[in-house]
Amino acid sequence: MSDEQTYLSLPPDALLAKVRELREQGWRLVQIGATPLGETIELNYSFDRAGKFLNLRLTLPSATAHVPSVSSIYWCAFIYENEMHDLFRVQVEGIAVDYKGKFYKTTVPYPFSTRGQTAGVTPSGAVVAATPAASVSAPAAQNAPVGVGGHRPPLQKTAAPAAAISDRRSEPSAPSTAAPAPGA
Amino acid sequence: MARTIIPFGPQHAVLPEPIMLDLVLEDEKVVEAIPSLGFVHRGLEKLVEKKDFQEFVYVAERICGICSFIHGQTYCQAIEEIMQIPVPPRALYLRTIWGELSRLHSHLLWLGLLADAFGFESLFMHSWRVREKVVKIIEATTGGRVIFGSCKVGGVRRDIDAATLQTILQEIAVIEKDMHEIVDIFLEDSSVKQRLCGVGVLSKDDAYALGCVGPMLRASGVAQDMRQLGYAAFRDLPLEPITRPEGDSFARCYVRCQELFQSANIIRQAVARMPEGEIAVKVTGNPNGEYTARTEQPRGEVVYYVKANGTKNLQRFRVRTPTFANLPALVKLLQGCNLADVPILVLTIDPCISCTER
Amino acid sequence: MPYFRMAKLALKWAVRQPATHRYPFEPRQAIPLSRGTLVFARDKCVCCTVCRKKCPTGAIGVNRTQKKWAIDRLRCISCGYCVEVCPKGALSLSTAHGIPTVTKDQEIYKVETPTAPKPTVAPKPVAAVAPAANVPST
Repeated sequence: MSDEQTYLSLPPDALLAKVRELREQGWRLVQIGATPLGETIELNYSFDRAGKFLNLRLTLPSATAHVPSVSSIYWCAFIYENEMHDLFRVQVEGIAVDYKGKFYKTTVPYPFSTRGQTAGVTPSGAVVAATPAASVSAPAAQNAPVGVGGHRPPLQKTAAPAAAISDRRSEPSAPSTAAPAPGA
Repeated sequence: MARTIIPFGPQHAVLPEPIMLDLVLEDEKVVEAIPSLGFVHRGLEKLVEKKDFQEFVYVAERICGICSFIHGQTYCQAIEEIMQIPVPPRALYLRTIWGELSRLHSHLLWLGLLADAFGFESLFMHSWRVREKVVKIIEATTGGRVIFGSCKVGGVRRDIDAATLQTILQEIAVIEKDMHEIVDIFLEDSSVKQRLCGVGVLSKDDAYALGCVGPMLRASGVAQDMRQLGYAAFRDLPLEPITRPEGDSFARCYVRCQELFQSANIIRQAVARMPEGEIAVKVTGNPNGEYTARTEQPRGEVVYYVKANGTKNLQRFRVRTPTFANLPALVKLLQGCNLADVPILVLTIDPCISCTER
Repeated sequence: MPYFRMAKLALKWAVRQPATHRYPFEPRQAIPLSRGTLVFARDKCVCCTVCRKKCPTGAIGVNRTQKKWAIDRLRCISCGYCVEVCPKGALSLSTAHGIPTVTKDQEIYKVETPTAPKPTVAPKPVAAVAPAANVPST
């Protein structure tokens, strides 16, 4: 499968004019998505016409990302823009149907905006600290090339039996005769 | 006139999955409808940080129960395009057969729910009785009734041998006969027509401008079907999208009914042209790059945007499911309709809320 | 003539056997390839831990030093990935449904690889030669 997919980079102030032009040419809005990349956030506006696929790409700084809403041109954009705001902290001005942050009622605000656990205050007032994304944990460092240990969270509810059974530290990657005795 | 607000959902007898609609009514006419989502939001897009890209097929499949196979297939297609993996032709044909079986069972499920929405329970039961036969074929070939577990990056996990393919053809012939019985009732019964004709008319321009996809778009006269893009075996099996000009609920019912027979035909053609060969290729290394895969689910066009940066965890995984795209159309359709037509209108977009909310 | 179509269908099924099965009074006919519960053959396992690494939900736990293999049945999704990768064929999927449980336990198996029989000292053949070895030296 190979269909035509083109990507056009745009500065944010050229967005509305370009979208108006696409509307006049008969393109259908497919989706609006956001990709958080640490310092910057990439917004993709995807359009389709007769099988051809066109993406407008905007790159904005994560902390102060704000764009004008295209829902005056494509009314259906309001759901994508509300989602972008609630999950990624992208401020969109002038959405046709604005839920003001209540589209997805998550306990942690802007949960997808960073990798790992996001920091924030839940509606009930509890403070949630940010934790970085799960990395390979130290006991499994010998297995780092295989990358097994860290990324699978231990069974929370039956943590004790799991720790007893799944003895990751005593797993030499080479046959056992050469490796030192498993650390206690 | 005084306005009342009635909550439709999140629990309602006709809804397969929870969605909340606040209906603002004046007497019996709906003036406005405000949708609320988030009841089944599982944050699956963020799970890419924890699961590596090959394991993630299991998560992608479980985004939805009704359209699960095509989710897995689209994910595999996106990764395969990024890594330029040559999937063997037999795997592509097998994926097509399972995809069309998935479409058959999904449309039969929807037909049953639509009949239930206007109170025709015996037709609901008969649609699901026919669906049971399709689900048995799926279980016999993949091992699971709802979650197939058959796709993997690089091909498929199981093969279907020639004898089973012939059994599938015989079963499809029996299923088609049963489907004709039911579809004739749907399309010609006067009580069904009274409830569906003229309800929720969406003009061609409106449907296109509102970003509708799938049968909603085709029932308003726009001939667009993502299977024409030529993924999987569709590059060899040409396809004409089924359209209707009226744009009302009856047209959407008609399009889905005819798609049942179209899918049965595609399965027959795919079985007849099934190539020999292996079913998967070995995948080594990590993906690096981005791609947007688009396929046609039973409900419409699903868009999978995958961005990878060379590690075994993807950087971004974004799904835009067809029901998400049809929601603005639902909100538009509900303005000005009667309260009694609300269940039918909610069901004509074929809502799959677990897809919508990932 | 599009009248009484539904009536005919309803009457036909009113006199036929119902399409549903009277489960649990009638046992369900198992479909051969159906993915049911995981079956572990403890005599074939060598504790290589590949199944634990490949399990997408983390339902399997393996302890090499104590030679124990555990599965959390409520986490297992019967995907069959472990069955595919096991090098010794110790895992298979039966078609039976899982047994309902009320607690979240793990099933723990002790892996018992049958040890090769120790080579026994063959009894010396009774021969004319006196068995000098067994005679304690005085």
